[in-house]
Amino acid sequence: MNLGSFSRRLGLAVVATFIVAACGGTSNNTSASCSESTAKTATSATACGGMDALVAAAKAEGKLNIIATPPDWANYGEAINGFQAKYGIKITSDNPNGSSQDEINAVTQLGTSSRAPDVLDMGKAVTLANTQLYAPYKVATWGDILSSQKESTGLWWQDYGGYMSIGYDSKKVPAITSIADLLKPEFKGKVALNGNPKQANAALNGVMMASLANGGSADDISKGVAFFHQLKQLGNFSPVQATTATVKNGTTPVVFDWDYLSSSHGTDVPSWKIFEQSNAIIGDYYNQAINKNAPHPAAARLWEEYLYSDTGQNDWLRGKARPVRMAAMITAGTIDKTAAAALPAVNGTPVFLTDAQAASAKNYLTANWDTAIS
Amino acid sequence: MTIAGAPAITTSAGRPVGGRRLPLDWLGAVPFLVYVAIFLFLPTAIIVGGSVLDANGSLTLVNFAHLSRDYIVKTTLNTIGLSAVTALAGATFGALLAYAIAVGNREGLVRRLTLSVSGVLAQFGGVTLAFAFIATIGPAGFLYLWLAQHHADIYAHSLWLFELPGVALVYLYFQIPLMVLVFLPALDGIKPQWREATESLGGGTWHYWRYVAGPLLAPAFLGATLLLFANAFSAYATVNALINQGQPVISQQISGALSGEVGTFEPGFAKAIAVEMVIIVTAVTVLYSLLQRRTSRWLQ
Amino acid sequence: MAAVRRGVQGTRRLKLQVFRIIVFVAAGLFFLVPIGAMVEFSTRGVGDQPRTLAAWQSIGTYPDLVAAITASLELAAITTIAMLVLLVPTMVWVRLKLPRLNPIIEFICLLPLTIPAIVLVVGLFPIYNWMGTNFSDSILTLSIAYVVLVLPYAYRSLEAGLASIDVKTLTEAARSLGAGWFTVMWRIIVPNISSAILNSAFLSVALVLGEYTIANNLLYNNLQVEIAMLGRANAGVSIAVAVASLLFAFVVLVLLSFFNRGRGRLQLVELQQVMRTERG
Repeated sequence: MNLGSFSRRLGLAVVATFIVAACGGTSNNTSASCSESTAKTATSATACGGMDALVAAAKAEGKLNIIATPPDWANYGEAINGFQAKYGIKITSDNPNGSSQDEINAVTQLGTSSRAPDVLDMGKAVTLANTQLYAPYKVATWGDILSSQKESTGLWWQDYGGYMSIGYDSKKVPAITSIADLLKPEFKGKVALNGNPKQANAALNGVMMASLANGGSADDISKGVAFFHQLKQLGNFSPVQATTATVKNGTTPVVFDWDYLSSSHGTDVPSWKIFEQSNAIIGDYYNQAINKNAPHPAAARLWEEYLYSDTGQNDWLRGKARPVRMAAMITAGTIDKTAAAALPAVNGTPVFLTDAQAASAKNYLTANWDTAIS
Repeated sequence: MTIAGAPAITTSAGRPVGGRRLPLDWLGAVPFLVYVAIFLFLPTAIIVGGSVLDANGSLTLVNFAHLSRDYIVKTTLNTIGLSAVTALAGATFGALLAYAIAVGNREGLVRRLTLSVSGVLAQFGGVTLAFAFIATIGPAGFLYLWLAQHHADIYAHSLWLFELPGVALVYLYFQIPLMVLVFLPALDGIKPQWREATESLGGGTWHYWRYVAGPLLAPAFLGATLLLFANAFSAYATVNALINQGQPVISQQISGALSGEVGTFEPGFAKAIAVEMVIIVTAVTVLYSLLQRRTSRWLQ
Repeated sequence: MAAVRRGVQGTRRLKLQVFRIIVFVAAGLFFLVPIGAMVEFSTRGVGDQPRTLAAWQSIGTYPDLVAAITASLELAAITTIAMLVLLVPTMVWVRLKLPRLNPIIEFICLLPLTIPAIVLVVGLFPIYNWMGTNFSDSILTLSIAYVVLVLPYAYRSLEAGLASIDVKTLTEAARSLGAGWFTVMWRIIVPNISSAILNSAFLSVALVLGEYTIANNLLYNNLQVEIAMLGRANAGVSIAVAVASLLFAFVVLVLLSFFNRGRGRLQLVELQQVMRTERG
């Protein structure tokens, strides 16, 4: 009787010890492996057993789904190829022409499907509106990113950016030294925006740049809308969608676009030049986030680590975009100097729209753009 | 020797005996109805549901109230006009082209090639089709430049290629081949006996078309025109490539509410616009049925 | 009288030939010149460099493109066959037995075209998700949506064909000679609407090969999505690959046109012969 209850209590104690040991083992950061469940919630590489464990787990997953990241966008192609070659993980790139909202739609509609996007690269407005969909994560080089350029718990952080510019074919139109040049008769039917400002970030910032150059401010986009209205009245504004083909063929020899995107036209048109007016420098960064329900959580985190390593950041730099760690890399000397020297010249103080300013600009455009350019 | 499939040999073609037969007859339509129920009605119901529910899941009619925004009304009228014009023009030219094909050798090379080209071009659209026209008659297109050199500047008044008239011209590029493919079977059904009968009654070409072939082909012609209307009505990529600013067409408004970068996400509203489009096409279909019934009376 | 008749017919034939030539020349110009402009553009060199076929030659260097082409061809085949199997028997049956259902079928077959693809995708997503978790999420499941997309075009073509033959009489005649439903369908009706079936097959194949929005938004990479990806970086390649895709579809359709079992209209005598061979 006594022996029976004693052994029962001993057994219970042994079991209890095991349970405590097991619980204790997974709750601190010293676990040696990165299993799928830990990868799903790991907030950094160390939380997943260190970089090697992360790499092993990612390789075990073997795949990565990315969305709306075409290879010619900020030289993503080089990063994609480099990542695939280094880790042997196959990247599936979906919906290359998708917008930020399309990325969010894909995440919400695919849910826990194995085809859902693992990582997202989006504009600011959409990023801020959907934080409930992201998993917090801090890359190894987190400290190099300024606190104004990331969300403190790691829900999102900026990746690359550039400045709004006017790209033009110097063989088809005269050199542009000021935005007011666009009102000249030589530009009849030749000026295009990249997209519709009521929807596309690049176009909205293009109108904002015109506003800054014409006496407006970051809070007031109306001068920009008035400028485009004038362009339209003169017959200089072209409503056609600007593509690589329309640029090369000469239908849209002048395009308002981010400088790093505009530079890619240089491969089709060697005489493509970029102009940025010194009193109207407007900049913007895109943002990275990891899908909370990513089907390949370890690969997603490894991809982020890759993009924020020196290699990844220099890949973006070679795409003429400014990577977010640029200042830190210049100090550390790890920047690709030739690529940095090839960036379009910017002589002025850049303006970055706050969320409130972007929202009010959007509202003004929604109410007034269509009538202004019709 | 037994005959395959013999059971119905005693009855004449399926006239119901006292209504008992009817339920069994319906079975024949079941596979089709089940398929469209799952893969067409269900998505449509999801869309309609999304248009009457708000973000919290409660019923609301605010999305439909938004349909009265004046830019929506304007774009709806634009789209109806564009679709009607391209449907009628496409149907007319397409019928002529189809006739030119139909009177030729049924097994001949000309027919094979023209039909294959029609098949390909009927589904050709989007940014590439827009570029095909931009490269031809756009402001930097070779035909425009050649005409301008010969003092015929077709854009003297306005750059109409990037306005609705230009869009209509580009739409014809796929509307005409679609008409050819869809109307040709009807033309193939013309019997030479009809012509002979008309002639033996003393009628000429005009009488033949006005009183014989015309009314017989009218249902197929009208049905094809309706198809062309719906085809143009929901088209998006082509017009978006030509007129990226101002969004004169209703499908562009839907895209604006569903996709984008700057936070103009209104999914319920987008779905309400889609429901409006279905209602408009339904109304046009009703008009078409009334027109069908009228033309069928000519045959009596 | 006969000589006058022949004379009238002669002028009519001449007028018809003139009409044909005018129509074909006008159509040829309208449809082929823009394509020619695209080809011309795709062979332009960069800047001042001479004409080059580099854009065309680079098409073969994209491995993902081959996988996309194969997938699209398989989708085209599956969609076309499924559409014909679903639609032809149903339409014949409705014509014979349920004529009151015809307007409803007509409207159902117009519905997919009234909803723009960008919105239709929103409605298709939940269904595709369910299928993905319970059956398969292969790209070939797109054919299910494609059958629905092609209904408007296929229905119209088949309806035009069925309306021009007397389905009722042919069926009654065949049945009174002892044919079963399968024989009626396969050996009587189908050969008589072969032109309509072929045209609907053309429309179906061309639709699948040219479809972009649904595949793209459901995150599948079919031929057109792959082309869009390729075309972004280089203007010449974007147009070259688009023209190549048109040529490819054209070749597929020409090959398909040789499947035409066009025995033409079946006369009653031939019908009796067919039935005699059926009965052995």
